[in-house]
Amino acid sequence: MSLTLWHRTLLASALAGFLASPLALPAAHAQVPPDVLVVGQVAEPATMDPHVATAVNDFRILVNLYEGLVRYAPGTLEVEPALAESWEISEDGTVYTFQLRDGVSFHDGTPFDAEAVKFNFDRMLNEDHPLHGTGPFPLSFFFSAIEATEVVDDLTVRFHLNEPYAPFLSNLAYPTGLIVSPTAVETHVDDFARNPAGTGPFVFRVWESNRQVALERNEDYWNGEPPLAGVVFRPITDANARVSEMLSGGIDLMVEVPPDNVRLFAEDPQFVLHEEAGPHLWFLILNTKEPPFDDVRVRQAANYAIDKESLVTNVLQGTATVAAGPTPEAFGWAHNDDLEPYPYDPDRAKELLAEAGYEGGAETVFLVTEGGSGMLDPVPMGTAIQADLAAVGIDAEIRTYEWNTFLDQVNPGLEGKAGMAQMAWMTNDPDTLPFLALRTEAMPENGGFNSGYYSNPEVDALLEEARRATDQDERARLYQEMQVIVQEDAPWVFVANWKQNAVTTANVENFRLEPSFLLILKEVAKN
Amino acid sequence: MLGYALRRLALTVPVLFGISVIVFLVISLIPGDPATAILGAFATPENVERIRRELGLDQPLPLQYLIWLTGVLEGDLGRSYSLNRPVADEVLERFGPTLILAGAALFLCTVFGLLAGVVSAIRQYGWTDKIVTVAVLVGISTPSFFLGIMLILWFSVGLGWFPTGGMSSLFGDGGLGDLLWHLTLPATALAVVATGVVARLTRANMLEVLRQDYVRTARAKGLREGRVILRHAFLNALVNIVPIIGIQAGFVLGGAVYIESVFQWPGIGRMLVTAISTRDILLVQGGVLVVAASFVLINLVTDLIQVALDPRLRRG
Repeated sequence: MSLTLWHRTLLASALAGFLASPLALPAAHAQVPPDVLVVGQVAEPATMDPHVATAVNDFRILVNLYEGLVRYAPGTLEVEPALAESWEISEDGTVYTFQLRDGVSFHDGTPFDAEAVKFNFDRMLNEDHPLHGTGPFPLSFFFSAIEATEVVDDLTVRFHLNEPYAPFLSNLAYPTGLIVSPTAVETHVDDFARNPAGTGPFVFRVWESNRQVALERNEDYWNGEPPLAGVVFRPITDANARVSEMLSGGIDLMVEVPPDNVRLFAEDPQFVLHEEAGPHLWFLILNTKEPPFDDVRVRQAANYAIDKESLVTNVLQGTATVAAGPTPEAFGWAHNDDLEPYPYDPDRAKELLAEAGYEGGAETVFLVTEGGSGMLDPVPMGTAIQADLAAVGIDAEIRTYEWNTFLDQVNPGLEGKAGMAQMAWMTNDPDTLPFLALRTEAMPENGGFNSGYYSNPEVDALLEEARRATDQDERARLYQEMQVIVQEDAPWVFVANWKQNAVTTANVENFRLEPSFLLILKEVAKN
Repeated sequence: MLGYALRRLALTVPVLFGISVIVFLVISLIPGDPATAILGAFATPENVERIRRELGLDQPLPLQYLIWLTGVLEGDLGRSYSLNRPVADEVLERFGPTLILAGAALFLCTVFGLLAGVVSAIRQYGWTDKIVTVAVLVGISTPSFFLGIMLILWFSVGLGWFPTGGMSSLFGDGGLGDLLWHLTLPATALAVVATGVVARLTRANMLEVLRQDYVRTARAKGLREGRVILRHAFLNALVNIVPIIGIQAGFVLGGAVYIESVFQWPGIGRMLVTAISTRDILLVQGGVLVVAASFVLINLVTDLIQVALDPRLRRG
């Protein structure tokens, strides 16, 4: 009897303790203020210093705090005025003179002027600058063409370039070109990265590590107050956690929805799914130096053999489109609309392989990554590609690496290691990717990304010329011609262009994704 | 006893030193470096070299280690390049949440593990025993990260009783209630396997002790059964169970890495995962040192408790 009593008391108290802990406390959950937008980000930000930042994850916050001299016009990758009202380019394309907007102040109250602009570029580019040590500035090479920044008067600033460099304007619109408050850098020095001050529509309020970066409305914004009183960016690294947080109402906006969950949100009237094609290309680098891909017919065969339509529909669940050539369609003016993707044609692939002397099949090594910036779903994509290639007689042995290790394998060049490797790039200018990865001058030993050793003097000449041309129509013609040649030469297998996506709750208004992959929240409202 | 504790504490220093050397070597040996991680697609050899120079990574490895060690001796753990802030700030900020999570899980697994073990031992082969045994088996065999995801699915997304993650409400008062509310699911997920282990070993130890002559003597003296079980059997079994709980403390500290990722818990485990993938060597060093030091401390405390419980050990 006493045993049962003791036993019962024990059980009862344990049960009571267990139940008391969670169920008594549901009221502790406080509501988000109605005009504050909570954004689910993919990672903890690294820095609030735009010149130090390299990740899109950081850029999504930064473009709401800071502004550049120019910006991408909504919905395009075309450059329009921002902190600069207008600009002139000298005939030889080496002098850019900007007229700055009058009456703009940084969040710390100091004025925005030509001196401030000069400070920004000098800090990044000049190793003798007293505050250069607040770096490193990994993407400062975007502006390596700048020889000198000259203050003409309070509201006029002039850049002298060491050679004509057509992507200059679009690089200024990139987050690395955002303008920071010189006073804030001088005051906080190394801690500026966590105490930012810009001129943007939102002012920095607080950064609690691994919890939130909170911004609040800039009531003195030169272009009118934003509708939102504040924005909170929450780092939610795990994609599934981000989805469940969205479903349970903990965030109003989430970026990078996993392909498997896209339909779930698209079909639920409580949510709005946003998609926008970006300047992204997912491709396979082919080693043009060693067999079997030293033969253009084998490279074309690989392009015919891979069922890209099936990859984007089945593996990526419609979160990407089929790529036709090296320049993503999102570039608009620079994209050659006449270019059709290689069709899925295994018979044609077999013919080409036979012509090249590979009737009995070919063997190669295929480098695959477990994941990485812009790589989408690399492992399933790798195995699907492997199966398509096997069907036409190319036996690709997959070797999988973690992202940093993978880059360390691929970037120094594929020679002696592999015949093909996955790769993806997101760029802001049609010049960047081909210039860094398709020119003869851009071989790995020269510090470029041409890891497959593609070389065509015609392409080299077109790219050099496009970089010097300041007229956009002329640049467009050159890039479009380049795309035709590169598609024919097939140094890569052109696979997919990613459509970035985001989900908002139905009460978020005026939100749209930008082709630049930036998250502009100036006009967004929450009802 | 005090001398023993101090001697054990002094031994921590060479252990931590050894660990720091190993971590430094391992991180330096894996391919890819911070410069590649920072630059991503833009990691041209030229850019990589520039960043390496600015971060001091172009120095020979032993020199890098010496520079770090000198800093540590002066109380400076260095600066994290992936987070642009002092390592010490980050590590301290992240260690608290991990302690809370692991502490809560340890508490749960101790209470429920002991309870389940004792109950199923005194009801050996009865229905209670069978139910507990099956539950324990299922618990031990469920990977904690999977259980975590399932808990979120049922209790957060489905029923809406608990938050899906984080340690406190964004706009909450930050009080104890809010913390417990956020803590319940992750601590439960983390505690389940450990609870199973503690329960099984408690049951085995209790069964063994219950068969001892002195237990029969106690019953023969006419003591009440509750007293026999609590004072005579349980306390003696505890001597063998305490080290197991100590091991579980280490286990939940390690398991926190998964659980913190699933529940976005701002702890040191999640910090380490990120730090390793960005090759942030100083941050990894700082984190590992703190975790290693707490392992050593846990072992020490376990041993001391055991000594306190078992007079026989004191003589040695």
